[in-house]
Amino acid sequence: MRRSAAPLLLLLLLAALLALPQVLPRFHTYVAAIVLLTALLATSLNLAIGYTGLYQFGHAVFYGVGAYGTALMLTRSGMPPPVAFLVGPLAAAALSLVMGLICIRLSKLYFGMLQISLGSLVWAVVYRWYSFTGGDDGIHGIPLPDAIASPKGSYYFTLTVTAVCAFAMYRIVRSPFGKVIQGIRDNPVRAAAIGVDVRLHQLASLVIAGFFGGVAGSLFVVVESSVFPDMMFWTFSLEVLIMCLLGGMYTFFGPLVGASVIVLLRVFASVHTQYWGLILGTILTLVIIFLPDGVLGVFARRSLPKEDPGA
Amino acid sequence: MDFAANLISTGTLSQILVGLSRTTILFIVSSGMSLILGVLRIPNVAHGSLYMIGAFAAWTVIQFLGGGLFAFLAAMIVAPLIVAAVGFVLERGFFSYLYEREHLMLLLLTFSFALILGDLVKIVWGPEYRSVTVPAFFQGSAEIFGLPLPWYNFFLLLIGPCIAVFLWLVINKTKLGKIARAAAVDGEMVGAVGINVGRIFAFTFVLGSFLAGLGGALIAPMVNISLGMDHSLIIETFLIVIIGGLGNMWGALLGSLIFGLTQSLGILVWPQFGIAFPYLAVVAVLVVRPRGILSSTW
Repeated sequence: MRRSAAPLLLLLLLAALLALPQVLPRFHTYVAAIVLLTALLATSLNLAIGYTGLYQFGHAVFYGVGAYGTALMLTRSGMPPPVAFLVGPLAAAALSLVMGLICIRLSKLYFGMLQISLGSLVWAVVYRWYSFTGGDDGIHGIPLPDAIASPKGSYYFTLTVTAVCAFAMYRIVRSPFGKVIQGIRDNPVRAAAIGVDVRLHQLASLVIAGFFGGVAGSLFVVVESSVFPDMMFWTFSLEVLIMCLLGGMYTFFGPLVGASVIVLLRVFASVHTQYWGLILGTILTLVIIFLPDGVLGVFARRSLPKEDPGA
Repeated sequence: MDFAANLISTGTLSQILVGLSRTTILFIVSSGMSLILGVLRIPNVAHGSLYMIGAFAAWTVIQFLGGGLFAFLAAMIVAPLIVAAVGFVLERGFFSYLYEREHLMLLLLTFSFALILGDLVKIVWGPEYRSVTVPAFFQGSAEIFGLPLPWYNFFLLLIGPCIAVFLWLVINKTKLGKIARAAAVDGEMVGAVGINVGRIFAFTFVLGSFLAGLGGALIAPMVNISLGMDHSLIIETFLIVIIGGLGNMWGALLGSLIFGLTQSLGILVWPQFGIAFPYLAVVAVLVVRPRGILSSTW
């Protein structure tokens, strides 16, 4: 992808996405909305793992907390819907801060293992707290404002929010803050040596990633009008990680591609087989062995000027 | 008031003993995880799947031999060996080519094996629950300080220390174990003095898998053997390993004890959310000692 062509391609993509519900049947519009919000989720995870180098292994928890926050506000409080859509992501960001404070002192894998464990505690509490979260049944039939209750309405809402959030994250990555977190990823010791507060930046990045993960969760409520605890189970966290890996972790748009591929595959595989794990596991194994930079990573590498082949 | 009454009831001690005997199994499984983590630096997400295969394989062996004490004991040996063979295939077939990769990639690779093995178990054994009955030899209860404790739990309480001693002997007293410890500290250097590090890695992975399978076989009579038993176990194992210190075998023992005690006491105090207590223990430990209680090899 040449640099000058990128904005044009994006505009074309956006136009195609806008036209989609006009030509697609109901079910496919729904799938497209799921693809969009999952892409947002994967991109938010990539902020933490790809750009900051933090092994965020429990990202689905923030997605789930965002969804539950919104769902509970919509069903149990008399607050207007816009408040509910803010509360979900803010709750996710707050949880992200708390978990970040506990985990941040640990080194890479240790951080990830503790985070996945703490995330699983959140899952277990949601799973058992019948009186509040509905336990393993989840919450169904969440009342939505009329404008976004129809399939088309929810699709356009999802598209708008996803596009705005993706743009915001793109700006964050390109901002001075974004440069700093990438510097921390590449060499935390040097970053600290030139006066960067490493912990603070890592925490900020975690909170931002958690917030956008929560936004994706709120969108899930809009599209599904239900929530259930399995959306924050640790296996899904790792599945989102696979999306990032598949698309390319050190590229901005990679996770978008990865999420689309995985979600579409999952939808079509579930029609034909019950062995989704076998398919996903095989794909992942092949990607790790043959495409460790992801699909977009390969293109990015090819378009780079000649580099030392040994590097 | 209510909580305190729950805690001081007569059943508490036997509850704790039963809890500790289950912890024995967690120790066996997490010591396997700890070994692999210490030497190969891989947090093996497929460890839970190996444990699940151990339980299913034990069921099959017992069915095949027609039950009874002999069949049971045979299953306790054959099932872990089957799992060790699976581990051998995974290590030699895949990991041995990929040790140069980032840890993140290796972790995701183990996750992909967890997905694949989970579905393979579904294909081989089907989605139904399986159960193994405790052989007649272990039925009934022992009296400990006047409190009843099922013989099988008593047996588990004995097995745990045996495994710990066995592992200690393997790691500290055999040449293979000593080399494995050296490789955990600096694998490159061990290779540089002419030792085949690949073989050490294979040995460690197979031993770790064996322990996962043994844990699965031992728990078979106590639970419904089902798909999904791998998912909850892996998180418990992670927690135990984190409390104890990554890659430290004694840490795994200490971690299991802390986990088991806080869990069984927690459930007595607050049945609905008792599972939160081990997590609180982990957080408390990490506030004081960010790298776990015992020093890790990292």
